[in-house]
Amino acid sequence: MTVLAIVEHDGGVPTAGSLQAVAVAAQVGGTGSAEAVAFGPGAELLRPRLVTAGVARLHVLEHDLLDDYSPETWGESLAQLVGQLRPDGVVAAGTDRGNELMAQAAARAGLPFAANCVAVDGGTGTSPAWQLTRARVGGLLYEDADLTASVKMLSLAAGVEVATAPSAADSHELPVEVFTPELPADFAYSRVVERAGHTTGVTLATAPVVVSGGRGVASAEGFAPLEELAELVGGAVGCSRVATNNGWRPHSDQVGQTGTRIAPDLYIACGISGATQHWVGCMNAKAILAINTDPEAPMVTRATYAVIGDVQDVLPAVIAAVRRRAGASTGRRPALT
Amino acid sequence: MDICVCVKRVPGTGSTILLTDDGMNVDTRHLGFTIGPHEECAVEEAVQIVTAHGGSVTVLTAGPPEAEEQLRYALSLGADRGVLIDTGPEELDAEQTASALTQAIRQLESGGSRFDMLLFGNESADASHYQVGIRVACALELPMVGGVKGIQIDEAAGTLDLRRDAAGGIEVYRTPLPAAVAVAEGLNLPRYPSMRGRLRAMKARLDTVEVQLEPGGLRKRGLRRPAEQGSQTVMLGTGPEAADAVADVLEELGVV
Repeated sequence: MTVLAIVEHDGGVPTAGSLQAVAVAAQVGGTGSAEAVAFGPGAELLRPRLVTAGVARLHVLEHDLLDDYSPETWGESLAQLVGQLRPDGVVAAGTDRGNELMAQAAARAGLPFAANCVAVDGGTGTSPAWQLTRARVGGLLYEDADLTASVKMLSLAAGVEVATAPSAADSHELPVEVFTPELPADFAYSRVVERAGHTTGVTLATAPVVVSGGRGVASAEGFAPLEELAELVGGAVGCSRVATNNGWRPHSDQVGQTGTRIAPDLYIACGISGATQHWVGCMNAKAILAINTDPEAPMVTRATYAVIGDVQDVLPAVIAAVRRRAGASTGRRPALT
Repeated sequence: MDICVCVKRVPGTGSTILLTDDGMNVDTRHLGFTIGPHEECAVEEAVQIVTAHGGSVTVLTAGPPEAEEQLRYALSLGADRGVLIDTGPEELDAEQTASALTQAIRQLESGGSRFDMLLFGNESADASHYQVGIRVACALELPMVGGVKGIQIDEAAGTLDLRRDAAGGIEVYRTPLPAAVAVAEGLNLPRYPSMRGRLRAMKARLDTVEVQLEPGGLRKRGLRRPAEQGSQTVMLGTGPEAADAVADVLEELGVV
């Protein structure tokens, strides 16, 4: 069996999700079955890392049009590679780009594609279908499904735990095969014309603490104590869909299925009832503190900690308590005089 | 600009997801149906583009006859024409949905006029296959960018500039027209339907299109809810009096 793993990389450093794709390819296909596919300049630099991950061969896609990512050129190239190699399966990380690339390739190769799998079981001799479980609705729902195709294409949901089996054969040379796709001159595709990084600082996606507000905050001005607490603890401000739809906060602050999915150390949910579409965005937080007037709100019953009360009463008191303690601890320092 | 927006009838979201007894579908008795947030933005964007540049907005859906409700909702937001592909009560797989939409678009374009733009939601709110728009675009040989949160049209050059979030920032793609675009919530703030829009939508005549479908390679065996870590909530108190208990927790977690 041969199973290809798509390896996304930054100048030869593979992403964590790509190494999970490699691990799943090896797990499903058995020893020596995993082969890697990489695009763009620097792909050959992946060799040492891929050898230790148990990859048997590296396919590098090369073409002038592939140096920068474009959904159509990359997807067409992967479809052509799949057509030539006829592997049993192709596995990618279920990132935005990973899912887009796989869908493009599957569509062009006329193959089905199972997005965001959380478990994969390769077929046996009697049952050629692969049995898999996919995450729907951001992981709130699982779908058990059979994937039947000459080439099984799938992506892995973010955060899937995969047991990796480091290869002992780290001394052998990793064979590299270059594949140059045929891309006609009139090929219609979209190309990147601008890239910009976010300003540095605490972002919603990476903040250790997120102070988030929903309907119970009641207005744009109502977010002032949330901002104050966030600043006090070095965190970021988030919000629910209600807050965005009412124009209280920009969409970039939205936590949820259609906003940002976060996994902070602490999520403070202020006046958020906890509809499924919000819950899926914050459920991976290590701890959740809910502040809500309704003790029956789903956010309260699912939270680690809860305070029953109005945000505008509770937060100022919390801010005062935190400041008092910070002040007290400063006061305990020995005087310099 | 003639724009075709593809939408899907999906269960509304409540605080929990219940399943039907056979585990094959979401129990919608208490939820009702809606179109997903991404698709609501797609309809809004199409209406705004046509308001600024002229043209028409067609809304297309593949689903049960009841999906008429979602077409009328899109019409109430300002779309001009609703087209239903009646595919019956069973949930379609991603390949079937894409095939149905592709066949319908070909039929709608058979008079010789092509859509300048196809708009999709980035992924459906219920099945989350992340591929239907891409499959339709490939079948129709259109360029396609997904996850788009900003659309700029250069009519003179015949191009679109499409902005989307990328790891650590944003990226902008330029693509020739006609093109397909899958959009994400945040693109705009969809309007609420006006009373006039609702009345117009109620009376509008919907078109229907018939298609032939073959099952795809991904077959659903059933749905289930993943096991939730059932931990007991620690109640820290009521009102401002709980502040010290909260500060204790913040200290315990090492965030202050």
